[in-house]
Amino acid sequence: MKDAFGLPQSLLVLGGTSEIALATARRLVVRRVRTVWLAGRPSPALESAATELRTLGADVHTVAFDALDPESHEAVLGKVFTEGDVDMVLLAFGILGDQAHDEREPVAAVRVAQTNYTGAVSAGLVSGRALQAQGHGSLVVLSSVAGERARRTDFIYGSSKAGLDTFAQGLGDALHGTGVHVMVVRPGFVRSRMTAGLEEAPLATTPEAVATAIELGLRRRSETVWVPGVLRLVMSALRHVPRGVFRRLGL
Amino acid sequence: MSADTVPVTGWGRTAPTAARLTRPRSYEEAVAAVRGCGARGGIPRGLGRAYGDAAQNAGGAVFDMTGLDRVHAIDADGGTVLCDAGVSLHRLMEVLLPLGWFVPVTPGTRHVTVGGAIGADVHGRNHHVSGSFSRHVLSFELLTADGEIRTVRRDTPLFDATTGGMGLTGMILTATVQLQPVETSLMSVDTERARDLDDLMARLTATDHAYRYSVAWIDLLARGAATGRAVLTRGNHAPLDALRASGTPGRGTRARRNALAFRTPRLPSPPAFLPEGLLNRTTVGLFNELWYRKAPRARTGRLQRIPAFFHPLDGVPHWNRVYGRGGLVQYQFVVGHGHEEALHRIVRRVSGHRCPSFLAVLKRFGDADPGWLSFPVPGWTLALDLPARLPGLGPLLDALDDEVAAVGGRVCLAKDSRLRPELLATMYPRLDDFRALRAELDPRGVFTSDLSRRLAL
Repeated sequence: MKDAFGLPQSLLVLGGTSEIALATARRLVVRRVRTVWLAGRPSPALESAATELRTLGADVHTVAFDALDPESHEAVLGKVFTEGDVDMVLLAFGILGDQAHDEREPVAAVRVAQTNYTGAVSAGLVSGRALQAQGHGSLVVLSSVAGERARRTDFIYGSSKAGLDTFAQGLGDALHGTGVHVMVVRPGFVRSRMTAGLEEAPLATTPEAVATAIELGLRRRSETVWVPGVLRLVMSALRHVPRGVFRRLGL
Repeated sequence: MSADTVPVTGWGRTAPTAARLTRPRSYEEAVAAVRGCGARGGIPRGLGRAYGDAAQNAGGAVFDMTGLDRVHAIDADGGTVLCDAGVSLHRLMEVLLPLGWFVPVTPGTRHVTVGGAIGADVHGRNHHVSGSFSRHVLSFELLTADGEIRTVRRDTPLFDATTGGMGLTGMILTATVQLQPVETSLMSVDTERARDLDDLMARLTATDHAYRYSVAWIDLLARGAATGRAVLTRGNHAPLDALRASGTPGRGTRARRNALAFRTPRLPSPPAFLPEGLLNRTTVGLFNELWYRKAPRARTGRLQRIPAFFHPLDGVPHWNRVYGRGGLVQYQFVVGHGHEEALHRIVRRVSGHRCPSFLAVLKRFGDADPGWLSFPVPGWTLALDLPARLPGLGPLLDALDDEVAAVGGRVCLAKDSRLRPELLATMYPRLDDFRALRAELDPRGVFTSDLSRRLAL
């Protein structure tokens, strides 16, 4: 069960090797989380993530989960929920893709969309229904500021996050009053493996900062969390910049 | 979602979870509700005054007991009452005071049910004299997980597991309670100020035995030499003679005729939505300063009505709303005699953290009662109300838990909403007995609450 500060005791991470997810899991294990399910494609990275969390004192299980195989989500995630209450689901899988390459290879672009959006739709619905049945829990969805407005340099990734973001907002409304809390997290540029080698955007942040913001959001029962918080203002301004001007800004 | 599935919280309004709310109006309906509560079980709920998640059950059933509210029999000579579990202490006062009887123990609110008072084994300002509520319970009827109704008497394991058992052994249907005789419905109250914590503890230790009721309000925003400054309020039930002496509000013959009247003033409740941060260091600091200065240095024999003395907050319905949407957390712990140093450390820590707590109450507990999860043990107990959104509150309270556990103290489960489960066995040494009894009595976990899931009770 979550405590008065919204801190969970059990955590299911979808995308168990995500750096933001692991920073969040570490932070929550230090506080209240005692049981963690790391779901992801079986890999040495997934196992080493599990080992690291175990050293912090958590009981960690790994679960074979593939975002690109929505048919399996019901069975795979359903099994986790039968083992006990899941207080928080962190939907953290996603790929950035390579914009230039993906524009030339539509199949690769579709893979980005399927992972980030289609996979999340099925995993989100399965998790949402299970949380509703247990009458409590938080579903934390890692979206991105890239979903707020299309940019020349990452619109394939951005559009998939836009879809995910809209889906998660609607799911939050659908689950309102059922005891389930859906929180959309919109980080800006996060320094991580995913963005290694890319030119850093202004207001860049870290996985640890995102984790801190998630913990605060749980305490406040927030529905939307921007990381850093000032991006809420920046993006609400940028949203209203005319297309022609926006193009020339070179963001 | 069906229409009767609703979000439920405790009085602190933190951590809402959804449950199917049913309101049995007869014992038959109660049995049917327990038998048909489904895989996620159910938990009885009274008037919802437990601060945390004791009367919530995510995804399962919550049995609203307030539909079972009959007072069956009053023995006006022997001073006992037989009533349903859903009867409130407020109702009992209305019924019993004109007959010259008072409830044996009342917490800081009258709006708790008899079932809740037993389940949480509530204590009051008279704990050093009267113990907790269960000491005055002669027997009760308990609807257990198998659908049977058992009569439970004192000095049995089921009695000791249920008193303080947070509703997890079954649903109390009726109870027989021994009452306290009174001559008037007024209190004779002495008030004094203590300049710091040492002064306060010395005053409480020296003269507590002279009063049936005793409590101290502490200003936890005061620092330095004034750390722990307090207003000490103690009283006894006023005898009929006291009304002959001059003094408000009971002067004259009319007052004597109405000596047992029970009137409850009510102010309007705060609006449903209040901005966050209304209770901050500035506002609470101002309140505390005023409250301390307003109290007389020393005054004796002031006559006060029962609601004003025992339940000042009941005058403001829904006062928990002033904490805003974030809600409040109450932290109440007890440390045994001989561990005053730990109490000092905790008070200094809370003062140092600048927690805006305008309700901080210190009391001395007397002898413990046998309830396995009953909270009071002889020693010092401090209760704090704190806004849940206060930054750093979680880690601070975790650190206080460690201090409390290290000296063999404990936190109160009826107030709790955030304790780490691993500390529970240290704080409650009879926990294993409780778990064993529950495993035998209720193997399928029919009686389950968010509290029991969170702490693996």
